[in-house]
Amino acid sequence: MTPSHDSLQLWPAAVSATATETDLLILAFTVLTLLLTVPVFVAITYFALRYREGSEADRSPSGIRSNLIEISWMLIPFLLTLIFFVWGARLYVHSKNPPPDAMVVEAIGRQWMWKFQHPTGQSEINNLHLPIGQPIRLHIISQDVIHALYLPAVRMQVAALPDRYTDLWFKADKVGTYHLYCSEYCGTDHSVMGGEVTFMNPGDYQDWLTHAGAQQGKVAAGRALYEAYGCAGCHEPGSAVKAPSLAGLYGSQVKLTDGRTVTADDAWLREKILNPNGDRLAGGGKQVMPSFAGRIPADELGTLIDFLKSYSAPAAGKAADATPPGATR
Amino acid sequence: MSASGSIGGTARREPHTPESTIGRKPDYLHAESTLRSWFLTTDHKRIALLYLASITGFFVIGAVAAGVVRLALIVPNGAIMTNDTYNKAFTIHGVVMVWFFLIPSIPATFGNFLIPLMIGAKDLAFPKLNLTSWYVFMAGALFTLVSVVLGGVDTGWTFYAPLSTAFSNTWVLPALIGVTIVGFSSILTGLNFVVTIHTMRAPGMTWFKLPIFVWAHYATSLIFLLATPVITTALILLIAERAFHIGVFDPAYGGDPVLFQHLFWFYSHPAVYIMVLPGMGVISEIVPAFAQKKLFGYRFVAYASIGLASVTFFVWGHHMFVNGQSDLASLVFSALSFAVAVPSAVKVYNWTATIHKGALRLDTPMLYAMGYIGLFVLGGLTGLYLATLAINQHIHATYFVVAHFHYIMVGGTVLAFLGGLHFWWPKFTGRMYSEPWGRVSALLIFLGFNVTFFPQFILGYLGMPRRYATYPAEFQLLNVLSSAGATILAAGYLFPMLYLVYSLWFGRKAPANPWNAKGLEWETSSPPPTHNFLSPPEVPRIPYDYPIQAQESRDQHG
Repeated sequence: MTPSHDSLQLWPAAVSATATETDLLILAFTVLTLLLTVPVFVAITYFALRYREGSEADRSPSGIRSNLIEISWMLIPFLLTLIFFVWGARLYVHSKNPPPDAMVVEAIGRQWMWKFQHPTGQSEINNLHLPIGQPIRLHIISQDVIHALYLPAVRMQVAALPDRYTDLWFKADKVGTYHLYCSEYCGTDHSVMGGEVTFMNPGDYQDWLTHAGAQQGKVAAGRALYEAYGCAGCHEPGSAVKAPSLAGLYGSQVKLTDGRTVTADDAWLREKILNPNGDRLAGGGKQVMPSFAGRIPADELGTLIDFLKSYSAPAAGKAADATPPGATR
Repeated sequence: MSASGSIGGTARREPHTPESTIGRKPDYLHAESTLRSWFLTTDHKRIALLYLASITGFFVIGAVAAGVVRLALIVPNGAIMTNDTYNKAFTIHGVVMVWFFLIPSIPATFGNFLIPLMIGAKDLAFPKLNLTSWYVFMAGALFTLVSVVLGGVDTGWTFYAPLSTAFSNTWVLPALIGVTIVGFSSILTGLNFVVTIHTMRAPGMTWFKLPIFVWAHYATSLIFLLATPVITTALILLIAERAFHIGVFDPAYGGDPVLFQHLFWFYSHPAVYIMVLPGMGVISEIVPAFAQKKLFGYRFVAYASIGLASVTFFVWGHHMFVNGQSDLASLVFSALSFAVAVPSAVKVYNWTATIHKGALRLDTPMLYAMGYIGLFVLGGLTGLYLATLAINQHIHATYFVVAHFHYIMVGGTVLAFLGGLHFWWPKFTGRMYSEPWGRVSALLIFLGFNVTFFPQFILGYLGMPRRYATYPAEFQLLNVLSSAGATILAAGYLFPMLYLVYSLWFGRKAPANPWNAKGLEWETSSPPPTHNFLSPPEVPRIPYDYPIQAQESRDQHG
């Protein structure tokens, strides 16, 4: 699910020119920080040792007019840091003005998932596939609370507001798979509201849109819903609630509490998700599942059931959303 | 020239002697001992101790919540607790630490105790209002804690709408009401300080003879008076929206959620200086006393306090660079935020210059002060990273922010608070604390603090968002390091709680002026009598009249 990082990295990957320039700005600012702090720390340590009480040291007034010193140590650091204001502001203004030929991808945030829609109509949840070498403009809105879409690999984030659109644009020039986060605290599952962004060669992206995207995108989207609505939290092996595994459930025969046997088909799964404590309870366990009626829209329910159909065996679970070819780091 | 041999004079080396009940001075601690005499007192010194006990309790609650947060973050997948529990833990940590510890910490304890002593007054201008403000504070804080007992709050201390008004199913209302009530306590305290400093100064105590501590509290009080009503308004609107669905912030009812952020930060950015300015006041008293040298650039440091308090009202928008604020607003707020560097630099360089050619004693308060300067400088400069627009787009709402504001708010307030607590402990209690243990605590806290928070700068730069109950596995090493540092920090906090309490009964008795410090508070006995001075204090010739004078005294007083 997450991009592989085996060892500790001290520098995040940068995939766009703006990201590289942001890194340069941060690096230069760090050099300035050291220039401004190291002398103070060295001076304090040196004075603390040199001028300890009882030490032999010259304590006669140094004869420097203080107003001059005061004004210089107010203004010099201020003017030096202003260079960074100008640099940072220029980069910011650039990153706020998308080129007119940018490809627009719609992004919708809601508790707790991201939904992306490509210009050609395909959509995906939590994951985002994009071509490199092409300016991308994300057009972002929220359905409920304030979220924020954060892509560290392009060094950018912007709020997803419930009442108006915000934009974020970049042009990636390296293929790879990177983290995608929600960075504005949005409630219980804030920290799992994210996934990955995969930058692909334009040809691979077209290929993904027409083949892999349509097929794998559907399964992956269903799995994302399965996790986003908390199904995985109870139904996956090893969970505290120990709800039965749903792998291989679709199409099997289920024994109900009243002795009847039904086939786990679309209709029964739909009933169980929307009204888990209705009259068609599966036997063999205490019913603690909450109702999802009114919480899950009809199209998402369909996607979720499609995922459960494909969720044939436990081993298939992780393989189902393997990242497509060309998407390795 | 130097103060060698006179640190504490004879009294400091005297073995503990049982206190004689005959001939005891009627000091404020022993004047009356009934519970009623404490809970209905109008003596600013007793009220200060009521605050000290209360905020210490809140600090412990906030620290336990911080421990829970750091414990949860040892593993990436959140296996130790549910996301919900984690969210409630960091919310309580933030709410309690900001509103019930950091904001009242130095003003309500040291400010209450010391301002009348430092200006040669016998009490604050409105003693009954002062007691009222403590009761208002306690009522508000307990109201909020009720929400914790009932099941907690999970909105974060920022209470952003519409999460707090429409989506959170936790105990948001009691928490909001409590915080709103506590705001009134700030307003009353600020009002009391401003009137006191204007009208109660001893004859001869001119504005430019006031200790920087008093200047800092004057500036802080102006923020209390001007900014707190705004957060009160914002919180009342939030309460009304949650309770009655009026449409102010929630777009579902026609409101604007960014409006709440503006109102919130219009108070909460200046609130950072409510925390930091009093700390600067404390450091400006400690450094000259332990260098035995006049504070360098006294007038500049005094003006810088007022300057900081003013500038801080014009920078709130830097919290919203990526929150849907207009680009022009962001540019303006970014530029203005750089101006904060000017008065901050004045303070730091002047403290350093004060140490130059001094006669330095590295006792506990001075160790805390030096640690403070180091942390404040790092915290301040990393604030400029956040004020830089392009950098902010990357590190906003990441652990970089968490590290930055802990350097400023813990480094800048807690270290100054602990330094001041050791410095004035003999004055508050009439007892000396254990100097070796004091030094150990200062070193442990400095070490523990840096091990805890420095890795978070790197985590943030690598892109770990804040307020995350779970995180990608590659961030684990730095998180474990941070949690290990928190353990050292916790030990560092525990030491003073133990040896300071021990000193109350077994510490050596303190002389009136154990540090050879200047300032009117050292002219009276330790602890002071109920009305502060037995005879009217003599106002010194110049402020910080230490044996070693800075060259510039000619420029200012010639």
